[in-house]
Amino acid sequence: MPENKRICLLFSVLFLFGWQVSEMSLTFIINEVIIRFVRDGILAAALILPILAGMGLNFAITIGAICAQIGFLLVLDRQIGGYSGLLLATVTALALAVAAGLLIGWCLNQLRGKEMIATMMIGFIGTALYQLVFMAGFGTVITPHNPEMILSRGVGIRNLVDLAPFRNLVESIWLIDLGPVQLPLFMILLVLFTCALISYLTRTRLGRQMRIVGEDPDKAALLGISPDKIRLLAFLLSTVVASFGQIIFLQNIGMINVYTAHLNSDIFAAAALLAGGATLRRAGIHNVLLGILLFHGLFIVSPQAGQKLFGNAALGEYFRSFVAYGTIAAALLLNIRHAEKQQQPTEKTQP
Amino acid sequence: MHHLRQHIPQCIISLFLLLLILLAHSVGLPVAALLSDALVRLGMNGVLTLAMLPMVRAGAGLNFGLPFGIIAGLLGMTLAVNFRFTGLYGFAGALLLSLPFAMLLGWLYARLLNRVRGREEIAGIFAGFSLIFVMNFFWSVAPFTNPAMLWPIGGQGLRPTVNLQPYFGKSLNKLLLVTGDGWQLPLGLLAAFFLLCAVVHCFFRLRLGRAMIAVGDNEDFARLAGVNIQRTRTVAIMLSTVLAALGICFYAQSYGFLELYDAPLLLAFPAASSLLLGGYAGAGGSVGQVVLGTLLFQTLYVFTGPLANELLAPQVSEILRSLITNSVILYSLFYEGRRRRAGK
Repeated sequence: MPENKRICLLFSVLFLFGWQVSEMSLTFIINEVIIRFVRDGILAAALILPILAGMGLNFAITIGAICAQIGFLLVLDRQIGGYSGLLLATVTALALAVAAGLLIGWCLNQLRGKEMIATMMIGFIGTALYQLVFMAGFGTVITPHNPEMILSRGVGIRNLVDLAPFRNLVESIWLIDLGPVQLPLFMILLVLFTCALISYLTRTRLGRQMRIVGEDPDKAALLGISPDKIRLLAFLLSTVVASFGQIIFLQNIGMINVYTAHLNSDIFAAAALLAGGATLRRAGIHNVLLGILLFHGLFIVSPQAGQKLFGNAALGEYFRSFVAYGTIAAALLLNIRHAEKQQQPTEKTQP
Repeated sequence: MHHLRQHIPQCIISLFLLLLILLAHSVGLPVAALLSDALVRLGMNGVLTLAMLPMVRAGAGLNFGLPFGIIAGLLGMTLAVNFRFTGLYGFAGALLLSLPFAMLLGWLYARLLNRVRGREEIAGIFAGFSLIFVMNFFWSVAPFTNPAMLWPIGGQGLRPTVNLQPYFGKSLNKLLLVTGDGWQLPLGLLAAFFLLCAVVHCFFRLRLGRAMIAVGDNEDFARLAGVNIQRTRTVAIMLSTVLAALGICFYAQSYGFLELYDAPLLLAFPAASSLLLGGYAGAGGSVGQVVLGTLLFQTLYVFTGPLANELLAPQVSEILRSLITNSVILYSLFYEGRRRRAGK
């Protein structure tokens, strides 16, 4: 059995075990999984294109998430509510994400081979700049328009900003009440539509070119494809999709943790995708769908399971953090080894 | 040309530092006291930077799996506190207790990294993160008995922050401490740090150390010369892990508090950034770079704090530090990538 299938199986076993121990009701878990699918589905799907282009996991999707938060904050600052505000926030976020994506793509083209660390660093740097602007810039350099968002000392945005003007604007569309289970059909369709769009994209000429670049950049260059351009495009699209994903995420939660909401989006998205059986070289929409179910299923049951097993809910939370990071670590270890075996079958003469 | 480019972050940071010092002076901050703080922080953080060196020299990349060593050091110190070791001997006891854990974890870490040759850094980051969360589990169920370390209610599980003052906190800092008007110079701490530096420096003159350098410079050549590459790399990684364990002990005793759980999660990045600031760029790496880099980084650290608080909003200093740390690492990746492309 290939290793990625084994990871799926492992997650299924852990999830079923955790569920049995936690004694949570099936309807509760279904509701929670639906909510998390809406919130995290697009973010996980944003990782697919860079993987196909051979760049591994894109931890810089936090930058896309930051763009979404900036979009919301700017619109809230100007106090534009309702559908027009939401649309304006989305457009601002996507425009920012295009600019950021171009910058990230250019940056990564300079440093082939260490893209994953570089995307992590870019994520950290972007976070620091963003926090700096909204913590120290608002009220000093930038004039705030909405006093409700500003801290009482006059400088900096509050930690928690309410998205009340946008609450239930899109969630309530086609909300089907199936007794115990709430089915926000429009949101689910929106996520599925975005996923389908990415899936379609991987089947177009561009998608094929990405695969070729991912397999062998030199061969791609011989075929007349510019690897740099394709990689740039992969990161651009990934950042834009992530930004859209974070818009949905925040909109669904209904408030922004201004300084921390984006922080773990990369880790959870990557872990979910890998739990769904993706590898660092191959990923598809089916991995997103399965991964969200397995990873977030485990995520939902583990605190309660920790409480029931050891009498301490914190243990369950440590466990799920370990699972998130451990999944990525395991995928890295397995995939790199696997890639080496394929690339250098003759160099197995270690003393 | 490349040599010039390599030193760009160093130059920028030095200029920035000069600017900061002038600014601090004009705002009326005590510059001498701040500079002496930087020296204290050199002793506090230097060993963690030193832990980058053996791996770098053996060609195993920057030691982003620093948590492996840190966990070993934390285990040693928690045991020492549990046995109520005090004073300088207590600190030595903590160092000794952490050694076996460091050897074991270092060996494990080496086994992991030897599987992912060439991609050690990213694998190290996530392996280290995972270990931290495994240990979170351990800290909250481990059967320690000293009530000073446990939650006051329930009496089970370690506290996130343990006060080391009644045990061996600041014991090395107070050794041969010279104080003046507002400044202080912990000669004992600095002597211990430089002693460790000298040991590492001498190690690279020995046969094993030379073999390590050979492996790092050119693996094929080293293999032809009869060096066992797998073994040499394993030793280098274990040595890095042992140094990291000693490093966190230095850090914690100087800080006066033992920080458990998520606290050491991101400690590897400032350490890596320090070495890069010292002038390391993909090849070589020396004790001198460790000292210079840590000193630059920590002086920056000391000056950004009060200045940011004075001029901007609080919490900004932490953000500025993270910005500097990660920009330096990104620049080095950039520089390395450019050079690799030019070499192609």
